[in-house]
Amino acid sequence: MFKILDTYELGPRMHYVLMDAPLIARKAQAGQFVIVRVSEKGERIPLTIADYDRAQGTVTLVFQEAGKTTCALGAMKKGDSLHDLLGPQGNPTETEKFGHAVVIGGGIGVAPVYPLARALKEKGNKVTSIIGYRSKEHIFWEDKMRAVSDQLIIATNDGSYGRKGFVTDMLKGLMDSNEKVDIVFAIGPAVMMKAVCDMTKPAGIKTIVSLNSLMVCGMGMCGACRVSVGEKTKFTCMDGPDFDGHQVDFALLMKRLETYKSEECSCQGGVHGGR
Amino acid sequence: MAVDKKAVPMREQPVHERIRNFNEVPLGYSEEEALREASRCMQCSKKPCVDGCPVHIDIPAFIKALREKDFQKGIDILHANDSLPCITGRVCPQEEQCQAVCVMKKMGDPISIGRLERFLADRDMQNRVQGKAPRPPAVAKKNKKVAVVGSGPAGVTCAAELAKKGYAVTVFEGYHKLGGVLVYGIPEFRLPKAIVETEIRLLEELGVTFVTNALIGRAMTIEELMKDGYAAVFVGAGAGLPNFMGIPGENLNGVYSANEFLTRVNLMKAYLFPDYDTPVKRGKNVAVVGGGNVAMDSARTALRLGADRVFLIYRRSEKEMPARAEEIERAREEGIDFRFLTNTVRYIGGADGFVKQVECVKMELGAPDASGRRSPVPVPGSEFTIDIDEAIVAIGNTPNPIIPRTTPGLKIKKRGEIEADDDGRTSIPGVFAGGDIVTGAATVITAMGAGRKSAQAIDNYLTAQK
Repeated sequence: MFKILDTYELGPRMHYVLMDAPLIARKAQAGQFVIVRVSEKGERIPLTIADYDRAQGTVTLVFQEAGKTTCALGAMKKGDSLHDLLGPQGNPTETEKFGHAVVIGGGIGVAPVYPLARALKEKGNKVTSIIGYRSKEHIFWEDKMRAVSDQLIIATNDGSYGRKGFVTDMLKGLMDSNEKVDIVFAIGPAVMMKAVCDMTKPAGIKTIVSLNSLMVCGMGMCGACRVSVGEKTKFTCMDGPDFDGHQVDFALLMKRLETYKSEECSCQGGVHGGR
Repeated sequence: MAVDKKAVPMREQPVHERIRNFNEVPLGYSEEEALREASRCMQCSKKPCVDGCPVHIDIPAFIKALREKDFQKGIDILHANDSLPCITGRVCPQEEQCQAVCVMKKMGDPISIGRLERFLADRDMQNRVQGKAPRPPAVAKKNKKVAVVGSGPAGVTCAAELAKKGYAVTVFEGYHKLGGVLVYGIPEFRLPKAIVETEIRLLEELGVTFVTNALIGRAMTIEELMKDGYAAVFVGAGAGLPNFMGIPGENLNGVYSANEFLTRVNLMKAYLFPDYDTPVKRGKNVAVVGGGNVAMDSARTALRLGADRVFLIYRRSEKEMPARAEEIERAREEGIDFRFLTNTVRYIGGADGFVKQVECVKMELGAPDASGRRSPVPVPGSEFTIDIDEAIVAIGNTPNPIIPRTTPGLKIKKRGEIEADDDGRTSIPGVFAGGDIVTGAATVITAMGAGRKSAQAIDNYLTAQK
């Protein structure tokens, strides 16, 4: 059993969970994920590692209620335990000194962007962070993001905080300002990552995305997480989750994310196995 | 006395009932039936069955003990070479192994060795669960730790043998549940999961430590295990990523690898959805591609999930099918629609992203290929389509990639298997490997044989170290 050391709401249906997981914390790196199973009859779902503390032996998970498992996880309290926790899975995000790195996080995707921005900063990059939320009440980790960014741009869809618009509008503004961008990292809903890639591809800016495929095993066995990258079938859990965004078939990814839409249960608006 | 040419049949769930449930199909022998079948054994001096068995069980001896109603002696003979006879009695392809060479085959049916093995093993398991079986003799503890990676048939056998020799054994399993392919791959109706659970619980009583959610290669490397005080490591990591044919439409919704489909149903219990949380598509018209046991398991599982029609598409003829004859027969009885000499060309999807049709082509057999089987070639212009709403691709898998990718110095073969000698020794001293991770996809008994051989080699290695 894996103990929840702390948990609180980050915003509407958005949660922070601090897990006691020394073995995972020891190895975790930005870009990796865990497989969570809440209860004996629960499904296995991947959640990105939003932060880790090797000394304390903890990992931080941040997620949005989207299906049965995330709703159950959201209802858990400090002191409760998860049935199963496996990790760290997947390949860490490759960071080096690129120059000017732009990291883009959409909604709950801001959480995994945080350790990435921190790692990029540590490698000596100039880091511009663009983080987008639905509205003011959905905003979290503004201070944390500011601490690891040279420049922080906050956008809300409704303009209730920061600038009004989507993260792509902010990226466009940045690109139009003639500021040289050496690399872009985008983590968020598939549709957002696709929009970012559509914008950076013509400009020839290398863009890395973190794919949120459905998974079952999460350890290179079942093949549930397959995606098409550069017209080749790849497995998110073994070959990813990071891929060259310009090579990803986002239309296929979005279709596959809807595979179990008709099996949705109790929690409205969610899909099974989603991240 | 004339010997009965016919084997004593085993009672089975009737077809019309079993195709709608996941309960075990063959029901086992009663004592009377087992004695009757055992009496057919001629106790011949040649004993070809012993060589037919991949782990060389002294088959005539256990049958003789059974015949004399010395059931404990019978099970001891089985256990001398096979740690998990409850499991092998069910899933071994006896008709290709021990029973294929039985001298009785010249006169009639071969002795039903697997059924007799199952009878003794099931009886013994019941006794052990009820504490009625004699406790294994206490062994002197050796002050040495051995790590076993993977809790499938190879790992569990290796762990059992090492524990019996007095080693402190820890088994690391990536999944949340123990048993490897025995729990994620083989369906409940062929191998009830309660049996696997009991075998593992009894191993715990023997002193083996099991750790789940521990994927060696990610959370800890083999190098770290050895630094952590494990004097030797056995790698039984098993199967890896599924193969696909590389044809258009394979990533459409509703097209599964057999690994995913069976893992959802067996390990995650998707057949009990929504009581269990993991869903699986329940297709009405399902195409299963492949001709091995995994293809049969997938087809029969799809049927039990409520399919009206299940097509089994295989590119060669029935004769070349690698699946067990018994499984092919059961699948046929249950109404699986076999399409031999047929290959898939592409999957056709609808606007919703789900598979709607599979396009196939007729095949004919040409010259033998590297495997000695005649290789199938497409018949030009013979393309046709089948309407489907689900497809399951069961054409094998590569060895699990995690250990090979994360263990520097470990020699790997071209197709991803770990290089190991007959006793499981790898290129790293103290690291042994066996099962599918070494041989590629094979049988449960082959993996168990490898686990047992490696346990002996590990014992020799550690004894010599002193």
